[in-house]
Amino acid sequence: MNLTTTLHAKSFTFRDVKDVLARANEEKSGDQLAGVAAQSSLERVAAKQVLSNLLVSDLRENPVVPYEQDDVTRIIQDGVDEQVYAEIRNWSIAELRHFLLDTASIEDTIKRISTGLTSEVVAGVCKLMGNLDLVHAASKLRVPATCNTTIGLRGTYSTRLQPNHTTDSVPGVTASLLEGLSYGCGDALLGLNPVNDSVGTMTEILKRFAQIKQEYAIPTQTCVLAHIKTQIEALKQGAPMDMIFQSIAGSQKGNEAFGFTTETIQEAQALLKTHGTSRGPNVMYFETGQGSELSSDAHYGADQVTMEARCYGYAKAFAPFMVNTVVGFIGPEYLYDSRQVIRAGLEDHFMGKLSGVPMGCDCCYTNHMQADQNDVENLALLLAASGVNFTIGVPAGDDIMLNYQTNAYHDAAAIRDTLGLKPIAEFDAWLEKMGITRDGKLTELAGKPELIFGRAKP
Amino acid sequence: MTQDMLVDLIVKAILEVQAAEIATPAALEHTPPASKSEVTSARIGVGRAGTRLRTDTYLQFRADHAAARDAVYNDVPAELLQQLNLPEFVTQCKSRDEFLTRPDLGRVFSEQTAKAIAAHNPQPCDVLIYAADGLSSKAIAANLENILPVLTESISQQGLRCGKPFFVKYGRVASMEQVAQLTGAKVICVLIGERPGLGSAESMSAYMAYAPTVGMPEARRTVVSNIYSGGLNAVEAGAYVAEVLGRMHREKKSGVELNEA
Repeated sequence: MNLTTTLHAKSFTFRDVKDVLARANEEKSGDQLAGVAAQSSLERVAAKQVLSNLLVSDLRENPVVPYEQDDVTRIIQDGVDEQVYAEIRNWSIAELRHFLLDTASIEDTIKRISTGLTSEVVAGVCKLMGNLDLVHAASKLRVPATCNTTIGLRGTYSTRLQPNHTTDSVPGVTASLLEGLSYGCGDALLGLNPVNDSVGTMTEILKRFAQIKQEYAIPTQTCVLAHIKTQIEALKQGAPMDMIFQSIAGSQKGNEAFGFTTETIQEAQALLKTHGTSRGPNVMYFETGQGSELSSDAHYGADQVTMEARCYGYAKAFAPFMVNTVVGFIGPEYLYDSRQVIRAGLEDHFMGKLSGVPMGCDCCYTNHMQADQNDVENLALLLAASGVNFTIGVPAGDDIMLNYQTNAYHDAAAIRDTLGLKPIAEFDAWLEKMGITRDGKLTELAGKPELIFGRAKP
Repeated sequence: MTQDMLVDLIVKAILEVQAAEIATPAALEHTPPASKSEVTSARIGVGRAGTRLRTDTYLQFRADHAAARDAVYNDVPAELLQQLNLPEFVTQCKSRDEFLTRPDLGRVFSEQTAKAIAAHNPQPCDVLIYAADGLSSKAIAANLENILPVLTESISQQGLRCGKPFFVKYGRVASMEQVAQLTGAKVICVLIGERPGLGSAESMSAYMAYAPTVGMPEARRTVVSNIYSGGLNAVEAGAYVAEVLGRMHREKKSGVELNEA
């Protein structure tokens, strides 16, 4: 394994695989904060060059967190298809990149090879890709999943409708929810982030979601994103739940900081089989985001792209319905500006798909970052072109509870219209039936929930 | 719940102002958006221009974002600090940019500044209150002069010795650890600007701890948040925060431990 290179008459030597991976990253404030980033632009490229010549086996044999210490590493390593791995273990990371971009490599070919990759390999090849490489390679892949409906089929583009409210007021949430539906949002999920993480609050909201879903026969999924343990308790007490949500990290230590273990997820899955309200089989919803491991000191000196890839490797073991990278929520100490946010969004989507999870993205920013609404509109359009499963929709882009901005309810229709994409088929038919769209275009009723839902049922 | 009841609820939820009667599609297209809902401050009932936001909605959003950005990036006015007689101490951050990207530097002071902080409060006190800009200078500008007199007076009324307040520029919550170490204050309270949302950039928090030490668990901090005219107003907040600080001093604990007591 060669960890040395010469670039522009300057010689560079890297400590180990973890060091190469970190320094090969595109510039991220979080890697700088962690003290693992390249010290110069030239060093960054030198690391990419060294990385391009490393073998798939070099990366597999050097996980950034030791196998013995970490169940995320164990789940990823034990999940590798050894037969496929044997075929590709001697490929260099450059060769893997060429394979992914090769016009002869179609979806099935890539998906077969991807079963032989660990998360470090997925992250490694990502670091050798330009933004258009990431868009193009990801666009070859679709990762559908089924809860009540099927998300992620080619030609579709879905949204999670996020009707958050500052006090979890049921009428307030309802008003936002119906507004969002009236713009064609919500085919992936009607999903609320509660202020109050309690069984009582989440059950109240879930019951309202279920009523509306039933009343208007809406083919979709619902979820209240409380802590996994609160959700398990609510499910035991009979709350109507299609799926269970949890934020995850790329190391066991990070997951423990989030207050759960692998056993907790297994318990949630088993409980949903017997008590859940959805068809399945995909009933988990995970959220991730570059930098979360560093924020809980659970990154083991690794860079944030590699840790993020490990989230997807871990998520895959639970066959989720949705994985959502909340890309710009964490703040400028991890992703400084729109350039870094857009890059991270494209990386996460690519890595998620290559890992085999149904990937979506909350294209978002906080007010202390160097980013604005134009940037999340850019990112959503780039991801929709890459075949992302879903993005988020909130009223006019402003989430009044989480105090950050993401895509507006309006954006889904604009993006579908611009790129010729459709919602999930059953939801599409529902929109037509309710008069919200006609032949896929918003009608004069769209955006007027009082006229769509206020009328007595026919 | 019957179907009719549900429909009623929904209609009530949406309709503070009933939209125009169903008329021709052309008339609908030009119906002005409904006025702001009473059930939520979310930007609903905003109408649309094709698939996009109407110009008024778009510009209102831009204006609110601009105000939030200014709250993060502008300094607390020097006149306010003068008027309140608060000396300014700067953390190890050299710029706003560094403050935003290096949370570790926003909690520590240089040797020279540390000496000045210690000299400002040479005698150990029972309760020390100071302000920090945090992520919103506007929050400090809007609330500090209202909350500070209430706080110091209520602390004195409880028979506790209140330290001399000051202001920390580029300050994070965890700056309280070094401040406690430098001044020997038993209970520390930092009034700090919260990360602004689009709705308001004036929200301030009071973070408190009994004898905070570097590396202590976050669970040892107590916080009162949402202090601004649209949430918990500064005067009321002052009385409440003073009461909590008094309790911390009596019971010699803070955070989760204080709640369990």
